[in-house]
Amino acid sequence: MRGVPVEPPRRLVEITVDGETVRVPEGSTILDACASLGKDIPTLCYGDTLTPKNACRVCVVEVEGARTLAPACSRKAEPGMVVGTDTERVRHSRKVVLELLASSVDLSTTPRAQEWIEEYGADPDRFGPDAERLDRPAKVDNDLYVRDYDKCILCYKCVDACGEQWQNTFAIAVAGRGFDATISTEFDAPLPDSACVYCGNCIEVCPTGALSFKTEYDMRQEGTWDESRQTQVTTICSYCGVGCNVTLHVQDNRIVKVTSPHDNPVTHGNLCIKGRFGFQHVQNLPAKEA
Amino acid sequence: MDIRFRDVEPTAEERAAVDAILGPAPSAWEGGERSERDLRVAVGGHAARERRHLLLPALHAVNDRVGWISEGALDYICRRLTIPPAEAYGVATFYSLFSTKPRPQAVLHVCTDIACQAKGADKVRAAVEERLGPPGLSWHPSPCLGLCERAPAALTLRAGETPSYTVYGPADPKTVAEAAEVDEPPAEKAVPQAGQDGLILLRRVGVVDPASLDDYRAYGGYAALRRAFELGPAGVIREVLDSGLVGRGGAAFPTGRKWQATASQPDRPKYLVCNADESEPGTFKDRVLMEGDPYALIEAMTIAGYAIGASRGYLYIRGEYPRALRRLEHAIATARARGFLGERILGHDFSFDIEIRRGAGAYICGEETAIFNSIEGRRGEPRSKPPFPVEKGLFGKPTVVNNVETLVNVPVILTMGAEAYKAIGTGGSTGPKLFCVSGTVRRPGVYELPFGATLRELIELAGGVPEGRTLRAVLLGGAAGAFVRGDELDIPLTFEGTRAAGATLGSGVVLVLDDSVELPGILVRIAEFFREESCGQCVPCRVGTVRQHEALNRLRANGRSPDGDIALLREVGRAMRDASICGLGQTAWNAIESAIDRLGVFNATQGVADGRENS
Repeated sequence: MRGVPVEPPRRLVEITVDGETVRVPEGSTILDACASLGKDIPTLCYGDTLTPKNACRVCVVEVEGARTLAPACSRKAEPGMVVGTDTERVRHSRKVVLELLASSVDLSTTPRAQEWIEEYGADPDRFGPDAERLDRPAKVDNDLYVRDYDKCILCYKCVDACGEQWQNTFAIAVAGRGFDATISTEFDAPLPDSACVYCGNCIEVCPTGALSFKTEYDMRQEGTWDESRQTQVTTICSYCGVGCNVTLHVQDNRIVKVTSPHDNPVTHGNLCIKGRFGFQHVQNLPAKEA
Repeated sequence: MDIRFRDVEPTAEERAAVDAILGPAPSAWEGGERSERDLRVAVGGHAARERRHLLLPALHAVNDRVGWISEGALDYICRRLTIPPAEAYGVATFYSLFSTKPRPQAVLHVCTDIACQAKGADKVRAAVEERLGPPGLSWHPSPCLGLCERAPAALTLRAGETPSYTVYGPADPKTVAEAAEVDEPPAEKAVPQAGQDGLILLRRVGVVDPASLDDYRAYGGYAALRRAFELGPAGVIREVLDSGLVGRGGAAFPTGRKWQATASQPDRPKYLVCNADESEPGTFKDRVLMEGDPYALIEAMTIAGYAIGASRGYLYIRGEYPRALRRLEHAIATARARGFLGERILGHDFSFDIEIRRGAGAYICGEETAIFNSIEGRRGEPRSKPPFPVEKGLFGKPTVVNNVETLVNVPVILTMGAEAYKAIGTGGSTGPKLFCVSGTVRRPGVYELPFGATLRELIELAGGVPEGRTLRAVLLGGAAGAFVRGDELDIPLTFEGTRAAGATLGSGVVLVLDDSVELPGILVRIAEFFREESCGQCVPCRVGTVRQHEALNRLRANGRSPDGDIALLREVGRAMRDASICGLGQTAWNAIESAIDRLGVFNATQGVADGRENS
């Protein structure tokens, strides 16, 4: 028998989204309400396993009576709220935010970025050839994962996952200010000298590919990374008794990266160094004779 | 919390600086000597973590003593306060007054902001650069130092066992570059009206000795606190509500409503925060109040604490105000010694004390939620609202945040009564108001006028522009405000009057620019200010302020108006206003928009008037 925790019943809140009425449990966000209506709101810094930071502002919606736009990912639905998710104001802000991001960082490995840029008619080149970019070299300082901060949109998700929301390791934080702000260890120390425990939970939540497995980074450099040739299989990590789910991404019969299902009620997509990176022994078998 | 530290030892000097704030380290767990006892106890839990709010004072202690914060010093602070080093590094690198790289003990800050630029800051900057080389270590170009009446200004902060400072204003390019010692004029020099009859907020500035509590009391001080005790907390809030007092920091929110909302929260404790992080370019009224009449602020905070049920108030003062800081420290110590702060004030069942927190160079920390993060020892990034401070503020508790000038109005309301107070000013804007007049006027300074006086009356009071010059534009409300033209001086100086004119009163900045000032240069500076002061949290502001600065640089270089860049500015500006998290990003385009639309700065014809048309 499986025990299901029973929460006290929650009141329903009725709001209007793009003219449609929807009832959502009290405490739900506008994004939740949109999801229940099947509306696709773009998000970047929103993480299904994290507290919304609402830093990217790509999910903004128009709430009637409000002076400014509201982030759908974190603004709670209030009774009687009238929300527009596709108004001219909303589309304008999303377009400019995408232009600002794409003109300053490398979004080439950000899922759906190109799709949104086309959908909102964003033109990242409009700021001219002299528009300042981050232009940071990738940090390759260990064998397990790479920090390519030229792709970082400063969504704070890795910091939250490393810190008090999941891992409680606190190896990284945001340092500096404004355009020069970056994710950093103390005094920008290399990862092996930092508090990092290589759980890879930061990679799990990174929305842009700024954090990636060394295997993925190397294959992309070589031009051999090909997701269409990859299969995914979810299995159980065999290292300890917790029994975390691991999803192995396999290309050409080799494990190229490991993720973990976010809907696992125990681990919520988090792993430790063994589950995340300890797969080499699986493929270190002696080559078979043909 | 299992924190990994760096294992870098602090120097004896760094350790002494930190210990002066936190006391000697009690055990090896906190960076002290290892003893037998340490092997049998573990330090941790809430008690160890709840000292994080001491991070900013500890960083200041090291920076003040050594001039910069080394790995060893940061590591020691982290051990003492149980803070992960990466987070402490993030905090230390957030503030512009701190350095995590070695630098000389004396650092010169040359103000290059709007008011100073209008008065020749470029010459000072060039002289300093010639003498000291490119900026970075021994000197920095600085955002507004709040010395606008003495523009162009500069400030040297000197680290050492006894940190010291030198204020240059007006800065003579020669003496600044040579780091000559100069005397700072008294605070009342910034108040041309000092000593005149009829002043209310400024009546004691230049009249009383700012160090003397007896002087303060002889001139009506602490009568309002006694009146507050007669009225009771609810009665005080009623008076403030009835007076119509609204916040003077820029947002003009009704003070009484804020107090009432906080007082009625069931959650405890409640906190009071006085926002003295006066950083809006062109604003210096709070500095003058704190330097000239420090006890008035202490009394006002005590009354506010009594009204909302707080027993602790934090006074967050910007790091670039060394003299105001010293005077307030002295005033708080004296008030405490004389029973005006501390347990059972004046024998009543009310205890209240004030802790000073010094900012470290970040305009954003004047934002009402960023100030909480800064006090709590985190990066001074604004929080998203809701929840609002009255519900979840400092340390997650109900909090009132008030500006210095707002608070200083409270004792006035209690002594004269809400009715009499309301009779001053206009229906929509009650009471007296301080205006920071700077730029190209003959008598810059802080002026007190009842709401409703016109801009013309104020500028005439300040002597107008110099002989032979014409008034080109006035920046109202600071960098986050708006420009008005020289022919719009009949705007009434009230919240509703400036709003109707499409401008804002903001924090009371009245920055006058005559035809000798190159306006595009001023706009580039405003854009640069926002770019440098953006905290970097949200995309519209972090990148938008950079794109705005780039576009204005192009426009300034071209002189004429390539429509593409104006359209670009409008689009980026609109997104910043609509989608930024806090007021910084939301207002970063205001002044520039008004300069384009109202002053026509980049119109082709305007180029001629501006003397920039070369073709």
